[in-house]
Amino acid sequence: MLRLFANAKYDFIAARRYAYAATALFILPGILFLLVHGLNYSIEFTGGTLIQVESKRPVDVAAVRSGLDREGIHGAEIQNFGAPNEFVVRARVAKPGTDANDTQATADAVREALTTVLGTGNFTITRTEAVGPKVGGELRTKAFLAIFLSFFAVLAYLAYRFEWRFGLAAVIATAHDIVATIAFIAMLRLEVSLTVVAAVLSMVGYSLNDTIIIFDRVRENLKKHKKDTFEQILNRSINETLPRSVLTHGTTLSSLLALTIFGGEVIRPFALVMFFGVFTGTFSSIYIASPVLMAIEKRWPGQLAKGHLAPTAAPAPSVAGGGRKTAPVG
Amino acid sequence: MFSSIRSRVIVIVLLVIGSIYFLFPRTVTLRERGDNGVMRDTTVTRVPLKRGLDLQGGMHLALELDQSKQVSADPKRDLDLALTVLRKRIDEFGVEEPLVQKAGDERIVVELAGITEPGRAKAIVQRSAFLEFRITDKTNALEKALPAMDRTLRALGVKGDTAAGKPSAVEQLLGGDSAKKAAAGKTAGKDGKDTKTGKDTKDSAATDTAGAIGGGILTGLIQPAGAVAGTNTPGEYVVPEPAFPRVDSLLNIPAVTRQLTRGLVLRWSAAPTSIGVQPYRFLYVLDDRPIVTGSNLEDAQATIDQLTQGAIVTFQLDRAGGRKFGEETGRHVGDFMAILLDGRVQGRPPVIQSRIGRNGQITLGNKSLQEAQDLALTLKAGALPIPLKIVEERQVGASLGADSIRDGVTAGVVGTALVILIMLVFYRLSGVLAVLALGLYILFTLGGLSMIDATLTLPGLAGIVLSVGIAVDANVLIFERIREELLHGKTVRLSVDEGFKHAMNAIIDSNVSTILTALFLFQFGTGPVKGFAVTLIMGIIASMITAVFVTRTFFMIWLQRRPTMATLSI
Repeated sequence: MLRLFANAKYDFIAARRYAYAATALFILPGILFLLVHGLNYSIEFTGGTLIQVESKRPVDVAAVRSGLDREGIHGAEIQNFGAPNEFVVRARVAKPGTDANDTQATADAVREALTTVLGTGNFTITRTEAVGPKVGGELRTKAFLAIFLSFFAVLAYLAYRFEWRFGLAAVIATAHDIVATIAFIAMLRLEVSLTVVAAVLSMVGYSLNDTIIIFDRVRENLKKHKKDTFEQILNRSINETLPRSVLTHGTTLSSLLALTIFGGEVIRPFALVMFFGVFTGTFSSIYIASPVLMAIEKRWPGQLAKGHLAPTAAPAPSVAGGGRKTAPVG
Repeated sequence: MFSSIRSRVIVIVLLVIGSIYFLFPRTVTLRERGDNGVMRDTTVTRVPLKRGLDLQGGMHLALELDQSKQVSADPKRDLDLALTVLRKRIDEFGVEEPLVQKAGDERIVVELAGITEPGRAKAIVQRSAFLEFRITDKTNALEKALPAMDRTLRALGVKGDTAAGKPSAVEQLLGGDSAKKAAAGKTAGKDGKDTKTGKDTKDSAATDTAGAIGGGILTGLIQPAGAVAGTNTPGEYVVPEPAFPRVDSLLNIPAVTRQLTRGLVLRWSAAPTSIGVQPYRFLYVLDDRPIVTGSNLEDAQATIDQLTQGAIVTFQLDRAGGRKFGEETGRHVGDFMAILLDGRVQGRPPVIQSRIGRNGQITLGNKSLQEAQDLALTLKAGALPIPLKIVEERQVGASLGADSIRDGVTAGVVGTALVILIMLVFYRLSGVLAVLALGLYILFTLGGLSMIDATLTLPGLAGIVLSVGIAVDANVLIFERIREELLHGKTVRLSVDEGFKHAMNAIIDSNVSTILTALFLFQFGTGPVKGFAVTLIMGIIASMITAVFVTRTFFMIWLQRRPTMATLSI
């Protein structure tokens, strides 16, 4: 049988400090980026007008821009979108003198400018999004609320199914994933749309999934290997679930690869964020969730973990674990 | 419960039949408005999986009461009223499965799938369609009030010599110069008449026209229509079209409006009219009390007037409205009656020849029949209590939607092929079982979505593609467990049993937590994202069924056929 990483004996927990350093090296520049540039929110969240145009001829971006300026739409973003004859105009600021929440004045002005510059019949508008800042603000609140509340729901479920220590560790790992993903989004300047928020939430689900599978094994091994230290239990559980992790991540990444390449322009940010999510989710299950669980169990030992934490507990004979190297608990 | 292979197979077969039933292409009847404006039924055969606006093209609008001009006394009631009116209008508009519903306390959401004329749909949704009939003023009240209005403007420090005023004056001159001597002469004549009728204001008007326009802004721009257009409708005035926005804003200054005799109001014509080479906008002085309004309207029809070949809307008032209309028109025979829609006068006011009953018509000039039909349907559905503003518009063209579907399907096929390849390489014969289960998974997911009448959106499509990759996770978990048990030296049969048993906890816990996050996504997301959440939830349910139940059954059948199997191809 073909098995990757079968019977692996890596000492994941010992390497946790390097892992912390690695994730900090990724997250800190990301946060810095975030503070300097902010997030690139989509029209849905900021309010404004987006018009996607398919033109019959190549488009002179400068001409379109000056056409928009003449209509009083200043500082619009004009971007190629996939094909060279397709582009997107984003006007985040309402036409001066109009009520921004009454979206039509600005949208009409953009359409008018396009008609003047490109000529009637030379282009088709394939997509329009015009969102008032009020609606955008509400959406933003809703998106954050969704992420925030799903957190607590999962915590509650895990507390019910496992115990609160596991739940807390899983949620801390998830929080890490969200921060890392936001850092990723900030660094790549990806547009934060509702679809990207959906990707973040799916990523949360996926990462939790991974954590739960390891924790499930931890719970089982705590009962099975009474003499192991907690660290040994964690390492054993991670190693035992490694083949599953590799395969599942492999199939998920294949799906995402297909989506990134073939799924089209609108879906690409979603696929990219999920792509990153698979990596950070895997990373956090091993290097965040498990060490955090250990730290929590040390401070507030649970019923199951008690026997494994006693400082007098001799390091387990490496019968079951094989020639595993164990680093001192620290 | 389903211990025997037989009962398990029956359950699987039933699930397959059910899914196929819900996905089987069926014939649906669509009611839509044809080119000739008549509603007609067409039948289409297709897979009954509802596509979202982003996949089939369409328009999503969120509307709120626009209280910038008119404040609502009871916003909640007015929104409900607007909702009813919009429902009626959209039903008549003839779009397949339109959605008109309240979202929250202050918003109405309208979703129209597959529409090709977004501008028309927006106009129908936004038009207030407030119809009223008013008698025009016969007392030359505006001429009398103009000098006082100008004095007020001067007192306020408004100068006539501004950007908007000047070009219009120049254009007037040009209009007079260019072969339109007659018009120029009429303008001059009008000035004379002006001073004759407005006795008490003679001096100021004279200085205005003789001297700079800056002296009397309004007097210089507003002329009785009789002088320019050669008609004698009382209370009718003209303003050169370029000056219209400025005059409108000046007349809207409360101190200016107050100069007009009590009981009268000023209203503009709906569209400019060309007199000679120059476009003019008509201004009417009307009774502030309408004789009858659209609330008394019972029916409205669009037709082509046989005489003028122009589009008209004929209407019928209800009994009470008809009685009132009859009384009032009987009293005003010989007077002129303006027909107003949303505060703008439609066409030139006709003279009342005799008492009018319940039937009447609105002449639309050179508008198309379709515009007349749209007007008729909005009139019939009733007026909006308060105008609506569009706070959100999302619109996707049908071709972009079709592109999205094609891209999504391509990604799905490639992604699924990769996943199948991986499963076969790693798990060999057991992998074949997993792939069979994956096929059933896709079938069950789509069938389930169709069963609950879910809407498939672009993120939803991405969700399905993604979930194919994730769906095998349950199988992977089980297979890895079986391998572990085999490595511990257990028999094939025992390993399979233990593998399924031990993997169960992890599968349930991880799936429930994913469903929880998906539920929040559903609760807080909008259209497309909601679609994503629904496919995610359906996908998880389907993957639990296939991985735990279907694959297990496959293994049971396999082991039963080869009871002595010593090694498992896994």
